[in-house]
Amino acid sequence: MNFFNLLRIAYKALQRNKLRAFLTMLGIIIGVAAVIAMVAIGQGSKQSIHDQLSAMGSNMITILPASNLAGGARIAGSSFQTLTDKDITALKRNAQHITEISPAVSARGQAINGSLNWPTQMSGVAPEYLDIRKLTLRDGIAFTNNDIQTSAKVCLIGQTVVNNIFPNGENPVGQVIRFNKIPFKVIGVLNPKGNNAFGQDQDDILVAPYTTVQKRILATIYYQNIFASAENEQATDVAVDEMTRILRTSHRLRGNEENDFQVRTQAELINTLSSTSGLLTVLLTVIAGISLVIGGIGIMNIMYVSVTERTREIGLRMSIGARSKDIMMQFLMEAILISITGGIIGVLLGILSTQVVTLTLKWPTIISESSVLLSFIVCALTGIFFGYYPAQKAARLDPIEALRYE
Amino acid sequence: MSKNILDIRELKREFKMGAETVRALRGVSFSVDAGEFVTIMGSSGSGKTTLLNILGCLDKPTAGEYFLDGVDVKKLSGDELAQLRNRKIGFVFQSYNLLPRTSALENVELPLLYNRDISINERRNRAMHALESVKLADRFDHTPSQLSGGQQQRVAIARALVNEPVMILADEATGNLDSRTSYEIMSLIQELNSEQGKTIVFVTHEPDIASFSSRTIRLRDGRIQSDTQNENKRSAKEVLAALPSTDDYLNVHQ
Repeated sequence: MNFFNLLRIAYKALQRNKLRAFLTMLGIIIGVAAVIAMVAIGQGSKQSIHDQLSAMGSNMITILPASNLAGGARIAGSSFQTLTDKDITALKRNAQHITEISPAVSARGQAINGSLNWPTQMSGVAPEYLDIRKLTLRDGIAFTNNDIQTSAKVCLIGQTVVNNIFPNGENPVGQVIRFNKIPFKVIGVLNPKGNNAFGQDQDDILVAPYTTVQKRILATIYYQNIFASAENEQATDVAVDEMTRILRTSHRLRGNEENDFQVRTQAELINTLSSTSGLLTVLLTVIAGISLVIGGIGIMNIMYVSVTERTREIGLRMSIGARSKDIMMQFLMEAILISITGGIIGVLLGILSTQVVTLTLKWPTIISESSVLLSFIVCALTGIFFGYYPAQKAARLDPIEALRYE
Repeated sequence: MSKNILDIRELKREFKMGAETVRALRGVSFSVDAGEFVTIMGSSGSGKTTLLNILGCLDKPTAGEYFLDGVDVKKLSGDELAQLRNRKIGFVFQSYNLLPRTSALENVELPLLYNRDISINERRNRAMHALESVKLADRFDHTPSQLSGGQQQRVAIARALVNEPVMILADEATGNLDSRTSYEIMSLIQELNSEQGKTIVFVTHEPDIASFSSRTIRLRDGRIQSDTQNENKRSAKEVLAALPSTDDYLNVHQ
């Protein structure tokens, strides 16, 4: 029997019971659509996390004070004061693999312009910070090392703060605002960066010289963080080792003493977040895969029912010249037709629902060709696998008994 | 000079039922020439169903010879038997065995789908031609549920004819029909036999039906009881004409 006759026979047989064929298909349709949509959503969120972190500067290195033992009790790192100007000087002098470095201190407080006020955070940093964090100015100019020297009362203002204390579209540049009762002259406006991966508003910020924040607001000589840029993303690991070594020397730590600081790179963050969302993708895919298997079992179930129900038909086909092989191929073909048609509809539905998710919920999604291809192959295999046993049952029927089957 | 279509010699068939052996056929020999119309009769348990299955190449004898159109059936594999059924035998069943929700034409085409040598056009033409020969060409697109019992059986006969078999094997083909429709079917079969020269082997238990054939073989307990030529073969067409017409019934309702 040639292939087209086979296809024709299987197609006609399915056509005789359209609703049943469709319902059988439904399991596969939902399974495939789920796989594609889930993978697309998983991949999309993974990519968006990666993009956001890259925009923050993927070669950025952050140094924070570490938690440390003080008489047997662990003390939170943030309350520890270990990073000083000495570290900056040592790093600037000795580190080969970093291009820029900036200390950072921050203070929370109220930004006030006339009768308007807004709670925000002031970051005290060096001018290099803007490069390290990939911050750019929309208007005005950045402060300089001269401003650092003089602890100048100047600041750069983030968009969220502008919106709240300059609501009527006035140009903030040149205006004087107050932060914690201290007047600051606004010399520049930062370009908006939007929310970061954790949903924090990156524009709700004032940026001022670190000396100003240290001396005029916090009254401290310590830094809360040190930000640095490695030469490039690949050099971050080498830079981390180098900085760790320099800081250990600078902090006079002996060989077996724990670091009193932590050096973090964005790569670690990217990996952490990627593996979290990678896990999510795996979970979603497993769930979707299970629904595909259930769809397959649905096919097997219906094919068994169909074989039993059509026993006389099978007997008749055998009596008019169908070989066991032909009967086997017919039922296998029916199962494959169901699963592949279901697969095609499922792929379309998956792509459609992904688009709907993107348009309505604004979730980032990426439809990967591999997930489409994979689910389609799995589909065809499902048809063959779950169609095989019913088809074999049909092929093994004795034509005499099949013809007399009631 | 008539050709030998079917030739069986000392055919035996035994079934193992646990420890017992049931001997359904205990040595049956006969031959059928081309153009004969043979009825095989016998009460239930006489072995006629077993014989029919063997003649239809659905079953193999335990012992004995079976030649169908010169082919030694005993030597064939399962697939070769299927092909033999496809090319040389046309089955007509008691319960028609048409595919539901499938048009008459497609039902008739079915045997040709299992013959890879036949093109789509030829398949359609031959199926249409077979429907014409059972006078149902105008109903080619009807599904079985839209046809009467007699019409369904005629579609089944067309299906048996479509592959131009050497023999039509009918199994109680009128068993599900009322007597009038039975005579119509017998009339059709007689016509195929006399006008187109088809060889027909008709299994039945009704002596009435057997009287339309040219030869009757009676089985009893797995052996041939009698094998007689039918001297005064009846014409189904005449019997049909002699039946009281149904016009009265129609007139009442008109």
